[in-house]
Amino acid sequence: MRVLVCMSQVPDTTTRVKFVDDNKKLDTSGVQWIINPWDELSLTRALELKDDVNTGVKSVTLAHVGLATSEPTLRKALAIGADDAIRVNADPVDAFYVASQLAEVTKKDPYDIILCGIESSDHNGSNVGGMLAELLDLPSVSGVSGIHITGGQIQISREIDGGREMVTLPVPFVAIVQKGIAKEPRIAAMRGIMMARTKVIKVVEPVAAKAYTEVTGFELPKPRAACRFIDPERPKLLIELLQNEAKVI
Amino acid sequence: MSVLVYTENWDGKFKKSSFELVSYASKVAELVNTVPVALSIGKVDRSELEKLGKYGAHKIIHATGDQMDVFDAGLFAHAIADMAIREGATVIILSNSNSGKALAPRLSVKLKAGLGSGVSKLPLSISPFTVYKRAYSGNAYAHLTIKTDIKILTLVQNSFELIEKNGTPVIEEVTLHPDGSGVKIRVTDVQKQTGKVLLTDAEIVVSGGRGMKSPDNWGPLEELAGLLDAATACSRPVSDEGWRGHEEHTGQTGKIINPNLYIAIGISGATQHLAGVSSSKYIVAVNTDKDAPIFEVAQYGIVGDAMKVLPRLIEAVREIKAK
Repeated sequence: MRVLVCMSQVPDTTTRVKFVDDNKKLDTSGVQWIINPWDELSLTRALELKDDVNTGVKSVTLAHVGLATSEPTLRKALAIGADDAIRVNADPVDAFYVASQLAEVTKKDPYDIILCGIESSDHNGSNVGGMLAELLDLPSVSGVSGIHITGGQIQISREIDGGREMVTLPVPFVAIVQKGIAKEPRIAAMRGIMMARTKVIKVVEPVAAKAYTEVTGFELPKPRAACRFIDPERPKLLIELLQNEAKVI
Repeated sequence: MSVLVYTENWDGKFKKSSFELVSYASKVAELVNTVPVALSIGKVDRSELEKLGKYGAHKIIHATGDQMDVFDAGLFAHAIADMAIREGATVIILSNSNSGKALAPRLSVKLKAGLGSGVSKLPLSISPFTVYKRAYSGNAYAHLTIKTDIKILTLVQNSFELIEKNGTPVIEEVTLHPDGSGVKIRVTDVQKQTGKVLLTDAEIVVSGGRGMKSPDNWGPLEELAGLLDAATACSRPVSDEGWRGHEEHTGQTGKIINPNLYIAIGISGATQHLAGVSSSKYIVAVNTDKDAPIFEVAQYGIVGDAMKVLPRLIEAVREIKAK
């Protein structure tokens, strides 16, 4: 079976977020780019499945929509262990545009399991995975916290309100994954880093596609008032404030 | 023309989030000069459906059919899209819940409708249709303009107030016809939390971090939560260590919540944790370190030892509840 891991590149989680161009774009000076955390976990799980000969997973390919500036991040993902990568040479302007490009990539060369992270830590959209599934007319399972393959059967655990369901379905499908899919992201070993240099990143030009949405500006959260400290010897005061001032209890 | 709002049900019952959605849809309908229509899929009693009318729904479509027992996003999206076209919906609203997030993007493709997910306010403008949503994991907000004729929004739970309206809605029964390709997904097991307040539904959450020192110390935290009808949560290290279940992990890669009150006990406030809770209306922190980053986002704080402070907080809550 062939697995496709869709990945995006995002600013490191501890980046001090600032905007330029009249607050229309992120200030990328000094930003460290990383693999979107959920995509990194889905890549890890894909590789774990490939490592187990009984699963039938033979290859793990990365798919990414981004400009040449994303290649270092793609190389990191290859170093972690993906077999090859496909980069659609385009600015990922919106989720529908990205999903349309990814759909084109897979239509030409179908995969059995397509993994998408539930969201990217920059746009927090939760859009691409579901859009891709619909464009490809494939079933999708969301909130996936585990994928297991035993005896040819695929068992997926997905989060539901107040619990978890185990489901099974035949390939091909799209799994939109979240926390739990892998315990921790796999780290690239020295050998992986060396091998990554010769792995193929196939670059393809984008097809014509629309963007349905556009970010017209960003704002920073309003500065918060300073914390009011309450004497630890008199916590009753806190409860009274919560009741009478904040009115939350 | 209409604003279609998809109201999920849980074993035939709606929740507060369902009524928030209808209230929101009613307001949006006013803004775009049309009426709100609620869509419910699966068997729901008439008396329960009528509740949606209390929050402004003009019409409630009660859709039932074969193959809708297991949640298959493709099948459900197909049904919702059909209804949206039938009702001439120009705006479709869903919850930013597990199911809403699974459905909205599929609907977006089906209806060629731009999607604004995780909105927490009414649109900033109608022409152009611009919404306000969380970005950079809570470190910023984006103004997102949806350029298509049909728009889809997913609303964050607990971000919009309930607005009651008088009116007698029409309830329309619709039988859904199964899609030719049939259901692909089969459920083999279900594990449900019983009894506890659901973290994503809770208005008050009491959460513990590494400062609690040991899983054996959670008794007082659970007691405080019980008194406040609160859900319990935890930071990532606590769930990684196995002190608490993974379903309690709140943070960037765990659950994102926005309760009315978030009480953080022994949590330092790492960026990734704050990404999960910073939209809470009020944050209270208890920590021995006065410089802990959590105090930068908390409105109220106590610098002290959780083990000493918790029993006093419990006593104080008991007192006011007794009055």
